[in-house]
Amino acid sequence: MDVNNYLRTEVFPSTFCPGCGHGIILNALIRAIDDLKLDMRKMVFVSGIGCAGWITSPHIKADTMHTTHGRPLAFATGIKLANPELKVVVIAGDGDLASIGGNHLIHAARRNIDITTICANNSIYGMTGGQASPTTPEGAITLTTPEGSYYNPFDLCALVRGAGAGYVARATVYHARMLAKFIKDALSYDGFSFIDAVSTCPTQYGRRNSMSDPFEMLEWLKRNATTKEGEGKIVIKEWIASSAEK
Amino acid sequence: MPGYRTGGEEVLIQGNIACAEGAITAGCKFYAAYPITPASEIMNHLAKRMSEGFIQMEDEIASIASVIGASWAGKKAMTATSGPGFSLMQENIGYAAMTETPCVIVDVQRAGPSTGQATKVAQGDVFQSRFGSNGDYETIVLAPSSAQEMYDLTVEAFNMAERFRTPVILLADETIGRVREEAELGPRNVIDRKSEPTEEPFGEGSPMPSFGMGCNLLITGSTHDSKGYRRAQDAETQRWLSEKLRKKVEDHKKELFKYELINEEAENVFVSFGIEARACEEACRALDFGLLKLNTIFPFDFDEVSKLLEGKKAFVVELNYGQLAMLVRNCSDDVRSITKTNGEPMGPKEIIGEVKKWM
Repeated sequence: MDVNNYLRTEVFPSTFCPGCGHGIILNALIRAIDDLKLDMRKMVFVSGIGCAGWITSPHIKADTMHTTHGRPLAFATGIKLANPELKVVVIAGDGDLASIGGNHLIHAARRNIDITTICANNSIYGMTGGQASPTTPEGAITLTTPEGSYYNPFDLCALVRGAGAGYVARATVYHARMLAKFIKDALSYDGFSFIDAVSTCPTQYGRRNSMSDPFEMLEWLKRNATTKEGEGKIVIKEWIASSAEK
Repeated sequence: MPGYRTGGEEVLIQGNIACAEGAITAGCKFYAAYPITPASEIMNHLAKRMSEGFIQMEDEIASIASVIGASWAGKKAMTATSGPGFSLMQENIGYAAMTETPCVIVDVQRAGPSTGQATKVAQGDVFQSRFGSNGDYETIVLAPSSAQEMYDLTVEAFNMAERFRTPVILLADETIGRVREEAELGPRNVIDRKSEPTEEPFGEGSPMPSFGMGCNLLITGSTHDSKGYRRAQDAETQRWLSEKLRKKVEDHKKELFKYELINEEAENVFVSFGIEARACEEACRALDFGLLKLNTIFPFDFDEVSKLLEGKKAFVVELNYGQLAMLVRNCSDDVRSITKTNGEPMGPKEIIGEVKKWM
């Protein structure tokens, strides 16, 4: 597979910082689409504002809609209802989906509308300089939590499952093949599918939390990810509602 | 509700329902909204009337967002709300203007600010309908003053949205939304959506493409060139784009600015819109006044209004602290502002009483 077939190569080099994990998410998405032989002419990629808003727009060569901050799922809902033949994919950041757009996330899950949503979750507001996000781990240093974050981060998978999504999964950009496989499963799922794609931001998150080298951030994901729940680590796995629950 | 379609005969109908029927006549295939008084009758009616393409969204932000998404998916789309919901919609109205998305937004105005009085009338959203979102952009704002015009101007709003690829706002008010009166709901001239593929979706006068046509559309609220590529740092693109968005409406203001002039010989002229234009019409008969009833508020044709008011005394009547009067004062030095802001309409007798204070 040549990923360039799926990209607007004229827009490269991308705007992402060196070591950013978001490019790995784009790669995993393209691999999943290529494996499934999906028709790119019938796909729409909807994104929000911030670094994650750039993953598919302008990079991916298909219909793309770069919307307002927090609202990509609301735009996507209109697109899908107006033309159900379109395959609609939302990619947005943790600030976008879980903070300013949190209401749209739970309602899209509740409706179980056939949209695949990927949260490029780097636990930080990268583009605006590194403020705390709703998934910033407790104790992490950010511009707005100079003494460490006081609050519990959202467990987005638990949130979206609780709201009624049929397919929910989490992988990290270290586990790139697993991420591609989960995206493939999500795209094949008939209903609302959600992937928490744990990403890395060495520029705004890593350098404030003793991981300024991109490699250190990936190592950190490797050390802290597990497939078993209840260990206090990042749980990477799929949760698929049985047809009875659907 | 097929009973409403009588083909030429008048039926007794509520203003809000006439608006909903106007949307159906205009070919609206997607409607999203959130419940709010006094606009809810539009969604209640369309929930029964539309077999598909109807959705109650989680809030007004999502309503306008899904309307814009549906429009790019090839469907004519509308939402309706009142003041607080209209406030929530403003960011995405700017997005619709920036991305040149045809769509219709109905604001059935109620007394404000904030929650205000949900069941009471006001006309305080005039400037919000024009300047509500950030940055420089143009909107088309139509103001119905009867159940009939709720129907006719809704169809007109869809036609203008398609022609100019822009959001069009129907600025109604609580009384016109809820009045029950006779209206004729027959077929109208409708501009259909012609989704056409293009490599330059944002050029001067580009056709409206839609998703799924193989155009690889790049739609963004960021400053973009004619193909949709972001130009977030380039001064020339920012100048070109904002000028284009302004001029495509401004250059057509002669045809967009619609009004009715009653008793044009009169030396004294009311200038009004919505429910107050109806009250002025009554007052005219008693006073031998003229009436300039605005069906379009924006784009406001200052030259035309100046010409119409030349040598006349103007009395601007509205349910706010003089928003329309502020516009009319740019057209004449002889302008009086008659206002009321207690949540109630101003009837003909009251208007006559106010006029007599000036005479």
